[in-house]
Amino acid sequence: MITEAEFAFLRAFLKQRSGLDLGPEKRYLAESRLRPLCRDAGLGSLGELVRKLRSGEDRGLADAAVVAMATHETMFFRDRTPFETLRTDILPRLVEARSELRRLRIWSAAASTGQEAYSVAMIVQEMGLPAAGWTIEILGTDISPSAVERARAGTYSTFEVQRGLPVRHLLDHFSQAGTDWTISPALRSAVEFRVLNLLRDFGGLGTFDVILCRNLAIYLDAPTKTALFERLARVLAPDGALCLGTSETVLGYTRTLVADPERRGFFLHATAAAQPERAYLAG
Amino acid sequence: MKHALVVDDSAVIRKVACRIMEGLAMRTTEAEDGQQALMACRREMPDVVLLDWNMPVMDGYEFLKALRKMPGGKAPKVVFCTTENDVACIARAMHAGADEYVMKPFDRETMTAKLQEVGVV
Repeated sequence: MITEAEFAFLRAFLKQRSGLDLGPEKRYLAESRLRPLCRDAGLGSLGELVRKLRSGEDRGLADAAVVAMATHETMFFRDRTPFETLRTDILPRLVEARSELRRLRIWSAAASTGQEAYSVAMIVQEMGLPAAGWTIEILGTDISPSAVERARAGTYSTFEVQRGLPVRHLLDHFSQAGTDWTISPALRSAVEFRVLNLLRDFGGLGTFDVILCRNLAIYLDAPTKTALFERLARVLAPDGALCLGTSETVLGYTRTLVADPERRGFFLHATAAAQPERAYLAG
Repeated sequence: MKHALVVDDSAVIRKVACRIMEGLAMRTTEAEDGQQALMACRREMPDVVLLDWNMPVMDGYEFLKALRKMPGGKAPKVVFCTTENDVACIARAMHAGADEYVMKPFDRETMTAKLQEVGVV
């Protein structure tokens, strides 16, 4: 058990480090998620962990605490509809809009163990991309080094591959290794994974045509959400699309982005919405 | 209300699967093997079949081949739910006319996603 004061410190620490807005009723969550970290770090109690974090002397431990508190829940083609919208609508329109540039950049910003980024890569491959002369970049980033390591390996359990993944995709894109399934070399090489804390500067990543940042903002407090949306908008192409989780919205947090009236879960620059012919909306 | 036929020689699995299907607003019929399942299909063709592979009397693979040859037997969506997790088995099932494939153990979310995939829910 941690004391009230220790929990208060943890809440402030996590908010500052990752933007995580841990409610006062979530003490059990902090305890259950940080206990394995205590064990791994050879610390006798959660109180000892808090004292170490307070001292600020072990940056690795601080990062590990942030990662331990992050939610890594993910699955292939999670919620289905956004991926259908990408496949049938947004990506074909962007391909047409980039017919001269012949380059598309897609970012799975809270990629966890990679299922979302690989789902996009499957769609892209099924669309016949990259066609000759095209460059398609798919970047997956996550705050957790171990999640990124798993994403790079592209190996998943039976349970993980069948959560959301149609069986034809399993047959087409995976090879079996005992009870695990490994994504094809073609898809693995189509996606790059990097460790990244979205609270830190990501301007150096360049501009993206599609950004998926799903089921992250729900864990953030309002000012952190606003800042994140504003910064995502800065790296979103003027005619690009931002995809959020089904229960997330930019409404009330930023006016730079607005909801796509036709495509649920997608958001675009307010300037593009005002001039549809300049956005991927243009048919 | 859609009709699901749950075919498995394990009463426990049938119970779990029926509960999931009923939770998705479907009515259910149970069969303990492929032959019972064929009789059930002759009485009333279901909208979806949840199908085990290894069963006594007639296995799921033989049932599927027979079902697809029956009048109206191409209509039901067939989702294999089996411990057979070899890629060759999956390919064989799909070739024989299965629409989806679930490897045991599975949970409600996995099953629901597979049923969405085949358009049943």
